[in-house]
Amino acid sequence: MNSVLSPTQALASILVMAAVTFLTRALPFLLFDRGGHPPRIVLYLGQVLPPAVIAMLIVYCLKGVSFATPAGWVPALAAGLTAAALHLWKYNDLLSIFGATVLYMVLVQGVF
Amino acid sequence: MNRKAIAAAFPVTVPVLMGYLAIGIAFGLMLQSIGYGALWAGFMSLVIYAGSGQYLGVSLLAMGAPLTQVALLTFIVNFRHLVYGLSLLEKVRGMGVRKLYMIFSLTDETYALLSSAKAPEGVREHDFYFWIALLNQSYWIAGSVLGAVAGQLLGFDTTGVDFAMTALFIVIAVDQWRSYSRHLPALLGGAATLVCLALFGPDNMLVPALAVIMLVLVLVRPGLEQKKGVERA
Repeated sequence: MNSVLSPTQALASILVMAAVTFLTRALPFLLFDRGGHPPRIVLYLGQVLPPAVIAMLIVYCLKGVSFATPAGWVPALAAGLTAAALHLWKYNDLLSIFGATVLYMVLVQGVF
Repeated sequence: MNRKAIAAAFPVTVPVLMGYLAIGIAFGLMLQSIGYGALWAGFMSLVIYAGSGQYLGVSLLAMGAPLTQVALLTFIVNFRHLVYGLSLLEKVRGMGVRKLYMIFSLTDETYALLSSAKAPEGVREHDFYFWIALLNQSYWIAGSVLGAVAGQLLGFDTTGVDFAMTALFIVIAVDQWRSYSRHLPALLGGAATLVCLALFGPDNMLVPALAVIMLVLVLVRPGLEQKKGVERA
């Protein structure tokens, strides 16, 4: 399979991801380790941003869904509902993720 | 000395072992399906080490996103780490060089274990924390590499394996929905992104969506903070 990026470009992307991820983990230690209080806006965003971002990412993941044919939306809808239902039922991350993914793979490979 | 710390840390990390192997295998399979093999999977898990971040990373690599977008999205997906760090400042104080690794390895699961687990009698707390963190990352690397190797060797049809990312985010959303009393942020996040998808198309939707989400969250802050009665310092 052809990659969109050259190996050097991919490496650069990965290193940027690594540096930024480390930065989000290190910032509190850099800013507040010697006392001092984080601004309330930061604490506020730390509370309200995560659920908004996860909802954003779910929509992003489903961006390829198309309503032109059943194959374009039925597998994603069925597997998405399955993930939520399994999780509400058992609260087992692995069961929910694997159950939904296997269902999706079966649907896109075998049924539609 | 260290053997004792490892023996104490390992049982605590077993649930994470199961979880990281499985989620890591799915990551390795997804990465392999876009043309990056075991070496890439292991390298990403070694230097990045973030579940949602690396899942999103697969998608960013697949579409060849520009570095600025990679940086912005990685920052936003990992924004919650800022809060983890704040509550662990005390625990890792005085760990010397190993503190750097503790900061680097602060994933959701490691954070959860560090917040709750207690070192048994005769094991130094800092050794105990360090081994929990190190064991957890070793599971994550092992899972990623296994997944990529499995994808390469078995050669089965991995079409659709990328749905693991969607399912992971749905699972997180369900957990958040139950633990948060306010659902406005989640509903806003979904709605704003749908609107941006319609307006800007699938390739350019995320940055405007993020801008709208941040703007609205800041604008509604007085109402949200009052309603919930966010603790005043």
